[in-house]
Amino acid sequence: MASTLETQQPPAGAARSIHQRTLPRYAPAAAFGGCLVIGAVLTGFGLIGTVVLGTVIYLVVIYVLSRTVESSRKAADRVVTGLVTSAFVIALVPLVSVIYTVFSRGLPVLSATFFTSSMRNVVGEGGGVFHAIWGTVYITGMALVISVPIGILAAIYLVEYGRGWLPRQIRFLVDVMTGIPSIVAGLFAYALFVLIFGPGIRIGIGGAIALSVLMIPVVVRSTEEMLKLVPNELREAAYALGVPKWRTIVKVVLPTALAGIATGVTLSIARVIGETAPLLIILGITDSANFDPFSGRIATLPVFTYYEYIQPGVDGSGEGRAFGGALVLVLIVLVLNAVARLISYLFSPTKA
Amino acid sequence: MATRTRSEHPPVRRGDRIFSATALGAGILILLILAGVAIFLLVQGVPGITAGRGSLSGRDSFWAYVGPFAFGTVFASIIALVVAVPIAVGIALFISHYAPRRVALALGYIVDLLAAVPSVVFGVWGITVLSPALVPIMQWLEDNAGFLPFFEGPTLTSGRNMFTAGLVLAVMILPIITAICREVFLQTPRLHEEAALALGATRWEMIRMTVFPYGRSGIVSASMLGLGRALGETLAVALVLSGSAIYTFNTLAAENSGTIAANIALQFPEASGTAVNVLIATGLILFVITFAVNYTARKIVDRRSEFSGAN
Repeated sequence: MASTLETQQPPAGAARSIHQRTLPRYAPAAAFGGCLVIGAVLTGFGLIGTVVLGTVIYLVVIYVLSRTVESSRKAADRVVTGLVTSAFVIALVPLVSVIYTVFSRGLPVLSATFFTSSMRNVVGEGGGVFHAIWGTVYITGMALVISVPIGILAAIYLVEYGRGWLPRQIRFLVDVMTGIPSIVAGLFAYALFVLIFGPGIRIGIGGAIALSVLMIPVVVRSTEEMLKLVPNELREAAYALGVPKWRTIVKVVLPTALAGIATGVTLSIARVIGETAPLLIILGITDSANFDPFSGRIATLPVFTYYEYIQPGVDGSGEGRAFGGALVLVLIVLVLNAVARLISYLFSPTKA
Repeated sequence: MATRTRSEHPPVRRGDRIFSATALGAGILILLILAGVAIFLLVQGVPGITAGRGSLSGRDSFWAYVGPFAFGTVFASIIALVVAVPIAVGIALFISHYAPRRVALALGYIVDLLAAVPSVVFGVWGITVLSPALVPIMQWLEDNAGFLPFFEGPTLTSGRNMFTAGLVLAVMILPIITAICREVFLQTPRLHEEAALALGATRWEMIRMTVFPYGRSGIVSASMLGLGRALGETLAVALVLSGSAIYTFNTLAAENSGTIAANIALQFPEASGTAVNVLIATGLILFVITFAVNYTARKIVDRRSEFSGAN
C-alpha cells in the first residue's frame, strides 16, 4: 500500500528526504564526550565549568554538524533535545547539592547524646534535638488527628454525596487553600488564640491547628482522587444486596481505597513536618522538652534548626547542631516519601 | 421475587442520614476554616492598619510600611518565575516526551523530592553553599551587564542579596511547575502527536505543533501556582536575604527590598503590642495577594483538567 502510494504520487522532496543522510546514532554521545574534553582543557578541569562550557560547545557543534549533514529542521530538533536534557540536569544540581551539604555537615554531629539530650542548660558544645523531635512528633501527630477525619469525610462528601454547586465550590476552594502561605496559617492560629488567651500566646495546640490548615486540603484532594478510582460496580453490587449507602462506603469503598488514602496521608505528613514559619509564630522556641500541648512554648525540629543557625551561641557550635537538625529533618521526609511509595506499590490494586 | 417494588436508590436509614450529614459537615467545615483565616486575620489586623508611627518603625502610615515589602515579595517571586518556568517546561518535556517511558516515572519522583526538602533546609543551604558559589557569577554580571538596573552592583561579597533569594525561590517552585506541566503535556491527544509525526515533523516540531498549543493554559496556570508558592515562601528568604524597607531593582547590592513573609518571620518573635497587629495586617495583605493569584490560576486550570497541586 505504502509503496504504491509512493510510486504513484511522489510528493516533492519526499524521495530526497527518504535517502537523506543522517548522523549515525552514536554522533551526539561522541560529540558530547569530545566537547566535555575541550571544555575541561579550556577551564582547567574544574567540574562545573567543564560541564557548563562542554554543554554550550556541544550545542553549537551538534547544530553545525546536523545542519551540514542533515537539515536545519533536524538541527533545531537536536539542539532542543540537548536543551531539554540539560534542563533536567540543572534541576538535579540543587537537589544533589542540598542533600550532599546536609549529609556531609550533619553526619558528624549525629551521636547518641544528640538524640537523647535537649538544649536545657547547654552553653556552647553538646546539647541535642530530643525536645525538638518530640515537639515535632506530637504537634504533627495532633495535626494528623485533626485533619485526617475532616479530610476523609469531606472527600467522601465530594465523591459520594455531593450534587450540584456546593461540592464544586468546596473542591475549588480546597484547591485554592493548597496555596495558602504557611506563615499565614501560623498568623491565623495566633489570631485565633489571642482572642482566647490574650497577647503573646505560644501554645502547642495552635501549632497543630496551623498545620491542619495546610494539611486538610492535601488529604481531601488525594483521598478524593482515590475514592474516584473505586469502580462503581462495587458500590452497585453492595446496593443490590440491600446494603445501606453508609455501610457500603465504610465497608466497601473505603477499604478498597485504603492504600491510596494511606499514601496521600503519608505524603501530607511529609509536606507539613518540615513547615517552619507557622510554628515559629505560634510555638516559638524553647530549650527544654515540653510535653503539654496546651500551655507554653514547644521546640520543633525546623524551628530548632532555624534558631541554632541564626543564633549559634558564643562558640558557634549551634551551626553544627543546625545541620544535625536539618539532616534529621531531611531523613524523616525522605523516609516518609519512601514509605508512601512503598504503600502504594505494595497495595496497589493494579498489581493484583 | 418482584413482589416488592424498589426505588432505584439504595435504602435510606438513620445511619445514612447521620453519615451523610457528618460528611457534609466536614465539607462545610473546610469552607468555615477558609473564612475563619480571613476573618481572624482581619479582626487582629485592622488595629495594625490604623496603627500610629510608633509601631511602624517610623513610617507615617501602614501602607508606607507594607509597600516596600510588598514590592520585594513580588520582585523576588518574578525573578524566581523567570528562572524557573523555562527550566520547568524543559524538565516536563524531558519527562513526558524525551525520557524512555520506564525511566520517566522515576525521574518524576526525583523532581518531586525537591518539593519535599523543607524550606528551612533550603535557607541554610542557600546561605552556606549557594550564595558564596554565586558571587563570581554576580561579579561577572556586574562587570558585563552593569548597564541594566538589575545588575548595577556593587556585588555584596557575602552574596546574600535578591539575586540569591530569587534563585533559591526558583529552585523551590520548580517541582510544582514541573509537576503540572508534565500532567498537562501527557494529556496531549495521541492522535495529534502521531498526525504531526506522520507528516514528517521532527520531535521538536511535533511538540511545537501539538503539545504547546494544547498545554498553553496549563503552563500559564502552573506558573501562577508557582508564583503563589514563591510569594508566600518565608524561611528560605528570611535566611538568605538581608532585606530592608526600601524600593530597589538592584539585585546585587547590599541593600535589598525585604519580603512580607520574611519580615513577619524576622520581626514576630520579638514583637509586642500593636507591632504584632501590624505584622498580622501585612500577613493579611499577603493572604489577599496569594489568594487572588491562586484563585486566577485555579480558574484557568479548572477549565482544562482534573489536576491539582495536591496530588
